[in-house]
Amino acid sequence: MSPPLEHDYLGLSELPSSPATAVEEGVLTLSATELRLGLPGSETTDRKDKVGLTLKLLPLPKSFVSGAKRGFSDAIDGAGQWRFAAGEGGSEVDLGKGGGLFSPRGEMAGGGTGKPSGQGNAGKDTAVNAAGQEMKAVARVAGSVGHDRAMAPAAKAQVVGWPPIRSYRKNTMATNPSKSKDDADGNQGLGCLYVKVSMDGAPYLRKVDLKMYDNYKELSSALEKMFSCFTIGPCGSHGIPNSDGLSESHLMDLLNGSEYVLTYEDKDGDWMLVGDVPWEMFTDTCRRLRIMKGSDAIGLAPRAMEKCKNWN
Amino acid sequence: MTYFPEEVVEHIFDFLSSHRDRNIVSTVCKAWYRVERLSRRSVFVGNCYAVRPGRVMARFPGTKCLSVKGKPHFADFNLVPHDWGGFALPWIEAAARGCPGLEELRLKRMVVSDESLELLARSFPNFKALVLVSCEGFSTDGLAAIATHCRGLRELDLQENEVEDHGRQWLSCFPDSCTSLESLNFACLKGEVNAGALERLVARCVNLRSLKLNRAISVESLARILVRTPHLVELGTGSFTVEHRAEAYQRLIHAFRKCKSLKSLSGFWDVAPRCLQSIYSICPNLTVLNLSYAPAIQGADLVKLIRHCFKLQKLWVLDCIGDKGLAVVASTCKELQELRVFPSDIYGTGTAAVTEEGLVAISSGCSKLNSLLYFCHQMTNAALITVAKNCPHFTRFRLCILDPGKPDPDTNQPLDEGFGAIVRSCNDLRRLSLSGLLTDTVFLYIGEYAARLEMLSIAFAGDSDKGMVYVLNGCKNLRKLEIRDSPFGDAALLENVGKYETMRSLWMSSCDVTLGGCKALAAKMPRLNVEVINDRVESDEMEENPSDMHKVEKMYVYRTLAGARNDAPEFVDIL
Repeated sequence: MSPPLEHDYLGLSELPSSPATAVEEGVLTLSATELRLGLPGSETTDRKDKVGLTLKLLPLPKSFVSGAKRGFSDAIDGAGQWRFAAGEGGSEVDLGKGGGLFSPRGEMAGGGTGKPSGQGNAGKDTAVNAAGQEMKAVARVAGSVGHDRAMAPAAKAQVVGWPPIRSYRKNTMATNPSKSKDDADGNQGLGCLYVKVSMDGAPYLRKVDLKMYDNYKELSSALEKMFSCFTIGPCGSHGIPNSDGLSESHLMDLLNGSEYVLTYEDKDGDWMLVGDVPWEMFTDTCRRLRIMKGSDAIGLAPRAMEKCKNWN
Repeated sequence: MTYFPEEVVEHIFDFLSSHRDRNIVSTVCKAWYRVERLSRRSVFVGNCYAVRPGRVMARFPGTKCLSVKGKPHFADFNLVPHDWGGFALPWIEAAARGCPGLEELRLKRMVVSDESLELLARSFPNFKALVLVSCEGFSTDGLAAIATHCRGLRELDLQENEVEDHGRQWLSCFPDSCTSLESLNFACLKGEVNAGALERLVARCVNLRSLKLNRAISVESLARILVRTPHLVELGTGSFTVEHRAEAYQRLIHAFRKCKSLKSLSGFWDVAPRCLQSIYSICPNLTVLNLSYAPAIQGADLVKLIRHCFKLQKLWVLDCIGDKGLAVVASTCKELQELRVFPSDIYGTGTAAVTEEGLVAISSGCSKLNSLLYFCHQMTNAALITVAKNCPHFTRFRLCILDPGKPDPDTNQPLDEGFGAIVRSCNDLRRLSLSGLLTDTVFLYIGEYAARLEMLSIAFAGDSDKGMVYVLNGCKNLRKLEIRDSPFGDAALLENVGKYETMRSLWMSSCDVTLGGCKALAAKMPRLNVEVINDRVESDEMEENPSDMHKVEKMYVYRTLAGARNDAPEFVDIL
């Protein structure tokens, strides 16, 4: 095995660290930060050296167009559209802040510290732009062929079926984000849940973040405030029965006195009455809200009555 | 032996519990074949397309327990298109015609329709147990049919299925006369169930020992249920969202204290760390603990909990337990046999949660460990060598380094030596999953040392055809081989074609196998089905007649007595 090559890949130290933190560190130290980008057609090292550190963009190979998906294996083996190689081939370009484009694969060679590339040190900004555009171009084509395995220049390349976790588990975890993570990261990713709210007769829609509320009461008062300007006076109730089971939903109480009913569209595309399920389940499944005229909700009312009958 | 009356031979066969032993004795002579087939009560079909359902029922008319598996394992990871096959209905129909005395049905990775569940419910008067694992295609309507018509049902176990929610009435369909339930698991259902009906059901089923609730069941309901089921051995909680000062929480603690038989706990969706204290009283008796759906519990709280669990044999946990947490497990859980550590942060933007250190700690503390599934960010050869030395009893060893093709971070070497140590040391190894940077060398080791290996999963590994050939020529007990994204081509595929008839199946995706290679294999081995699975997106763009040089995206090969199946969708070509 050839002696480990020294590469400064986004300023990683010897200690293993996750890609993202490495990126952050990398941005800090300029000289140690290098994402060397080989221009298309530049030669890569032999396949054995899988300490992938340099990213090379290749012109789209024919197989890509003909639809044979190569994905990750090509990345490693050098037959596909993206390549990672410990490369010094061709001209290299310093990419300072471009670190966010790729996650470093493989680890730093032991003891490697800053080894700035002296070559091809074009103006960083232009280099970044050029590389950025190249990547965008490839990514666009990748997107158009519709391959979910074509690697987008995201912080971490995502491969179909990897890591090997059952979809059941993935789906369950996706709707069950770690609470402490949310606190730390604020509204990152799963931290906010904006859904459209439409009201019959209103000229425009609104959007609310369901994560801002902890229960139906808060949601209903927020919606009331939002749409109060559109409410057309009080109307008679439509006799929607109110049982103990609905006590969570003050919105129902509120709207019992008006001609409106709050409904939502769930994951399966069905329109449901708000207030039936526990709050957490509601936020997981709700896709959009609709404040419906009571007369339109006749179809939903029998469900509510049936539900109350079966409650105990 | 053949001079003994058949009853005696049959009685002797009663002592043979394993399918393999029974398969072997049935080949000795015609008389034994006859005795065995009439007396077999439990039939296992590892690949639903290997044999026709009717044939199975005809050969084993006394079948009481039937197990059937459908899709290949990689279907779990979305590598098999949705409507590839694996339908349960033909099996249920054949059983209804040929084995009406059926009592138990176990299906894994199959497509089960409501229609088939309804047929099942009506066709078997003695039906006792239904276990569905990783299945799909049915809704709560099908479950309602089971509840309504299966008098004397003892077990309804739904594990990780995709079930459509058509309302919560299904549970109410268990008649008031139903008191026979011993095991009920509906944890995978997304919708609500009728809480009152559930409470009444568990109250009247006095033999209930295993109950796994779904996320929709509140803590209040759980407390009420536990009061009525103090003899429960296995419990899957519902959603564990509760204010720890609430009365319901107090009632729950009280109820837990009464459950002196509880040995297994799972569920804990949405649990807040503080609420874990409620189970401290049960922990010293626990042998099974599954906290892998509770990402809100971080390392420190997990550790506090685990310090009480010194009888633990099986632990499923998320990687937020951290290396330090695993060290606590190692020092506390001396009886540990199975450990699974799942990633909480799949796309890796957080800090590394568990590394090789955690695994080494476990191996030095838990010498009885025999089954491992470990997702981590990195692994070293040195660690694997240490683990191999400490735990020579592994039967299942699955390591998933999240970054494909990642080498040993200390030495930058591939992990060949580490895995080599595992196969050399663990003589009973039956299942192995590889990851990280690997060359052909690791396959040389596997072929040479892994004599008992039955299932091997390979991803992003190897350099050349030699790797695959080492395995095919070496592992004489190999039954299932699944490979993705590895540079194995036609030469490897065709090197030892006879091998595939000794195996259940071979899966290769994103490798270098071409259509021509698959055709050659199919031509040489008529008793194999060679399926070429084309991805939908691709097949729209593919030419009418792809050339033989065209690389095959997904290939699934399996031995079969049934010939090409007639329910294959259009994107599957059976050569």
